[in-house]
Amino acid sequence: MSTQLHTDGRLRHFLTTEGLPRQLLLQILDTAESFAGVIDKSVKKVPLLRGRTVINLFFEASTRTRITFELAAKRLSADVLNVNVATTSVKGESLLDMLRNLEAMQADMFVVRHAESGAADYVARHVGPGASVLNAGDGRHAHPTQAMLDAFTIRRHKGSFESLIIAIVGDVMHSRVARSQIHALSALGAGEIRVIAPRTLLPRDIESLGVRVFHDMRLGLEEADVVMMLRLQRERMQGALLPSEPEYFRVYGLTEDKLAPAKPDAIVMHPGPINRGVEIDSRVAEGPRSVILEQVTNGIAVRMAIMSMTLGAYQEMPREPA
Amino acid sequence: MTRIRIHGGRVIDPASGRDELAEIVVADGRILTVGEPPNDLAVDLEIDATGQIVCPGLIDLATRLGEPGTEHKATIASETRAGAAGGITTLACLPDTYPVMDTPSVAELMHRRAQEADSARVLPLGALTLDLAGERLSEIVALHQAGCAAMTDAGRTIRDTLVLQRALEYAATFEIPVLLTPADPWLSQAGYLHDGIVATRLGIPGIPATAELAELGRSLALVADIQGRTHFGRLSAHQGIELIARAQNSGLPVTADVAIHQLFLTETDCAEFDARFHLQPPLRSIADRKALRAALIDGTIGVICSDHQPHDPDAKNGPFTSTASGACGVDTLLSLLLRLVEEGVFGLCQGLACVTINPARVLGLETGRLTPGAPADVCIFDPDAVWWCTPETLRSQAKNSPFLGWELPGRVNYTLVAGRLIHRHDDPL
Repeated sequence: MSTQLHTDGRLRHFLTTEGLPRQLLLQILDTAESFAGVIDKSVKKVPLLRGRTVINLFFEASTRTRITFELAAKRLSADVLNVNVATTSVKGESLLDMLRNLEAMQADMFVVRHAESGAADYVARHVGPGASVLNAGDGRHAHPTQAMLDAFTIRRHKGSFESLIIAIVGDVMHSRVARSQIHALSALGAGEIRVIAPRTLLPRDIESLGVRVFHDMRLGLEEADVVMMLRLQRERMQGALLPSEPEYFRVYGLTEDKLAPAKPDAIVMHPGPINRGVEIDSRVAEGPRSVILEQVTNGIAVRMAIMSMTLGAYQEMPREPA
Repeated sequence: MTRIRIHGGRVIDPASGRDELAEIVVADGRILTVGEPPNDLAVDLEIDATGQIVCPGLIDLATRLGEPGTEHKATIASETRAGAAGGITTLACLPDTYPVMDTPSVAELMHRRAQEADSARVLPLGALTLDLAGERLSEIVALHQAGCAAMTDAGRTIRDTLVLQRALEYAATFEIPVLLTPADPWLSQAGYLHDGIVATRLGIPGIPATAELAELGRSLALVADIQGRTHFGRLSAHQGIELIARAQNSGLPVTADVAIHQLFLTETDCAEFDARFHLQPPLRSIADRKALRAALIDGTIGVICSDHQPHDPDAKNGPFTSTASGACGVDTLLSLLLRLVEEGVFGLCQGLACVTINPARVLGLETGRLTPGAPADVCIFDPDAVWWCTPETLRSQAKNSPFLGWELPGRVNYTLVAGRLIHRHDDPL
């Protein structure tokens, strides 16, 4: 979708990783790399977005994601406003009316999370020319900042993407994370992307996104460099998608045993929050190959990069942040 | 009563296969003659149809008119006029109104509003079950006597197979046609798009083509036993077409229609979350569109409808899955049909049959033909004129057309209902 780019190819919004050129994705990773240095300092702040207003518009309850966006914005010196629509009563007010009101307050950026696929796209089509929209997760469609922080984490460990076998395990059907990961990693040139799940958790024609499909963990994890687990929502047990959590864990839960066919230096990732004993065994989640908490840390630098690039502030960034 | 002479036009009457330059004389609301006019005929109105096509007024088998209950979307007055401007003389109206068209009083209300609107005919279709709930039969005979030509539960599926069996049996007793829109409720209830590549990409729950196939299989098993006239509406998938063709070949009294947008658009039109393409059944694959066109050529599908669903702007404004499904279509039905002819799908006569005599036969109407004695419902159009489909050119109160921005062929210059001029292009009535 070209709505997210300016005519000169710069980011205007950040709605999906689909269709973004490799150069731009690499630029995000490189910019994030420079911000990672900032975070390690005792004064964790740069003045890039001073005087800018970022509104976190969360129509779906989320603490962790909202906090990382808030931290990222604050470390860029932006003013941050959190609107939790999930808990605030907006009876009878449409998304559009709410947006118009917030826009009248002259915000520069909306960070939007919504339960419906296409919601961020919709918001982006309706904001004024001065405002940017950052997708913090829309339905099953996209969660592009998560995918970029995953790519960032992978690159830090593996250096590049070309020769990597990356396996995405679990509920691909309902996962915006998986879709964004697949698009981002394909564009970044990943050697092979696999999805591993029972057929009830795979959307039709998923192969069309350029992935190899496996139903067997042993085959799917063979020689894998990266294992990306997906969260399994408890409500999936309803509607006959799966028989039970124990059965799911038996077949698809990641244990040290199941991880054996992967490369010895394989890393294990998870977007969180994890369901211990459902999709992942605690020993793996906390084991030496797990980079799950690193992902959380990296999320801040990556979101800082995307926010500053989208608001056109990254060019002014000093080489060595003070 | 007025006598009208229509001369100079190319008369196409799919019912008789007539396609020639001919004169038509209308008297007392009916066709008096086709061909050479009677000698010494005094007429009140002469219509010069030179360079134009004279055909039966169109019969749109599936429309929603906003009344009763959703007048903010459209009214009988607004939509019958839009239909008349598009050459449609009969708008069959689905019963999912508020209140539901399950009692004669609602049908009578619609007739009264149509009379007041004084434009195209409105033909209410009665609810097969009370409140479209699929549990108890509505008063089918009373509804039929009140002018409901056929019974249908609109887009709802009767889940209980025993109720469906009895509904078909009861209607067959009185030779009242039943219209079904095949969609397995469980496979389709949670979806918004064709279950395919686009739905997977966008992360929008899909409706598999098997939803149509499964419900068709169940219904056809009952129809084979009962042998009642059954019409399957809004087909969308190639698998279903094969099943219909097999039923027809084995002699079952089964007919089918397709919504005209399915013949042009596919799932890829939804790829940008544009709610105008949020339709039910959903736009399917290119292979399905190809199969639907082929089914028109071989006659498996005999009727093309607009599946007109007018919506107010708010209903279509929001993230895709929270918008209302449906598109407005009476304005574009004839023009899109002409486009199919241009694209070589079928000849003009066969194409016009799909919107005139074929739906007339499904509904048991005496209109849809230009034979002496038939009601004088006539459409006269210039096939060479072109127009742009824009919110301004659409006459429907609703503007939710998926064809906005298209350049379309054909302009209706005159529309007659029962021998009365209800639309003329150069002088809006």
